[in-house]
Amino acid sequence: MTFASISAVTVTLLLVGVFIVMMMNLNKIATNLEEDVEIKVLVDLAANDAAVKELEEKLKSNPNLTDVQFSSNEEELEIMIKGYGEEFALYKQGNPLRHVFYVKAATPQDTAKVAKEIEAYDSTYEVKFGEGKIEKLFNVLNTGRNIGIVLIIALLFTAMFLISNTIRLTIVARRQEIEIMKLVGATNNFVRIPFLLEGIWLGILGALLPMILITIAYFNLYDYIQPKLEGELFQPLDKTPFIFQLNGLLLATGIFIGVWGSFMSVRKFLKV
Amino acid sequence: MIKMKNVYKKYANGVVATNGINIEIDRGEFVYVVGPSGAGKSTFIKMIYREEVPTSGEIIFDKINIAQLKQKEVPQLRRRIGVVFQDFKLLPKLTVYENVAFALEVIEETPENIRKKVTEVLALVGLTKKARMFPNELSGGEQQRVSIARSIVNQPEVVIADEPTGNLDPETSWDIMEVFEKINARGTTIIMATHNKEVVNTIRHRVVAIEGGIITRDEIGGDYGYEQ
Ligand SMILES: Nc1ncnc2c1ncn2[C@@H]1O[C@H](COP(=O)(O)OP(=O)(O)OP(=O)(O)O)[C@@H](O)[C@H]1O
Ligand SMILES: [Mg+2]
Repeated sequence: MTFASISAVTVTLLLVGVFIVMMMNLNKIATNLEEDVEIKVLVDLAANDAAVKELEEKLKSNPNLTDVQFSSNEEELEIMIKGYGEEFALYKQGNPLRHVFYVKAATPQDTAKVAKEIEAYDSTYEVKFGEGKIEKLFNVLNTGRNIGIVLIIALLFTAMFLISNTIRLTIVARRQEIEIMKLVGATNNFVRIPFLLEGIWLGILGALLPMILITIAYFNLYDYIQPKLEGELFQPLDKTPFIFQLNGLLLATGIFIGVWGSFMSVRKFLKV
Repeated sequence: MIKMKNVYKKYANGVVATNGINIEIDRGEFVYVVGPSGAGKSTFIKMIYREEVPTSGEIIFDKINIAQLKQKEVPQLRRRIGVVFQDFKLLPKLTVYENVAFALEVIEETPENIRKKVTEVLALVGLTKKARMFPNELSGGEQQRVSIARSIVNQPEVVIADEPTGNLDPETSWDIMEVFEKINARGTTIIMATHNKEVVNTIRHRVVAIEGGIITRDEIGGDYGYEQ
């Protein structure tokens, strides 16, 4: 029984730990991506200089936007030539490209909304952004998070239940002792504390293995992956302080499970 | 010191164990509680050390109404009351000495005081030589002495005993009664539920008879009054 409850804490915290590592890193990737999402506002060909100027003012005064940058059709062509080759230099004769404003949403999650807003402005031809991509990512993240949370809560309860059962067995085994303690006037805390300590111990013992495993795994994984992602947009979370915070959290959760588990059976079976 | 007013106790299963008990017990008294089986004697006794709480009525112990006592305050009450049972309730894995010391350890007495008090009380019940023995190495009478020693080691004002001689042969019962007499002589109040006619009729004290949950007789120096 003791083994079962420690294992339950171990399994729970292992999953909690892996889940948190994944969520935190995905979150980081998502944030990295978000930060990079630019809105590209294509200006209507019919718009004259004044209209362009007006549009720029409008964009700049919109509090939901930051980083408003203008790029004329000539500059756009330069970018194209650089990107796709000298053949495009032909277009210098009659530039078919539009003027462009590059902007960013002040809060990345609002990108789609803000893009809609801009579409309604005069002199815009089209508003483009990494549409769909980030939304999908957010959806995946949210679904993953919700499933994970439900799973973890179920596991937490299982672990608490097993701990409370273990403690109940100890209480039953020490029934006579407890009865006498109460009879001669031991305080409720005096009676209760050993069982709470037992619960805390079970929680700490259960937390040890996940802490060690996750630390080792993350250090190795990080050292393996990080060099490969050198210079990339996605970077794994730094080992420290993340892994220490995670270990602290796992330990605290283990203790919490232990305290709650024992608290439940102490309350039920000691009536103190 | 102990005063009950209209104490009524109905158990969860609907049994009415005491049906309006009124009594006053003074400091230093020795009271036998007698009556047929199921009369409510144990219930009466349990309400004094708050093992049971009356459904209605008042139980005043030295100005405190035990019936209304908060759960948190029960330990303090229990430290002023020693309890002895028919089945001794000793811990089999502890020696005689440890069983008695246990009562002080769990109320966090200092080791020094524990040593002093336990030694003293073991001498009082005549078990100094058997201090290192375990309960299963003792006779019933000796086990009951250990349990009495444990009940008085914290110098309670009252000792409550529920049929303390119920499991003992007549000879041994007299020895145990002698111990209670000694304790009473030191000024400790004693309340004892018993079926032991011989004892009640020989060592005369106040006799309170309970029948059907009410007190039917309360007589100082009275006799047992029932056929056995
Ligand atoms: N915990 C309980 N729950 C329900 N009913 C109880 C409980 N304890 C006692 N009773 C009932 O209350 C009544 C009084 O019981 P009590 O134990 O006080 O009698 P008693 O006088 O001590 O009897 P005895 O001489 O056999 O020890 C009995 O009918 C008994 O069945
Ligand atoms: Mg009884």
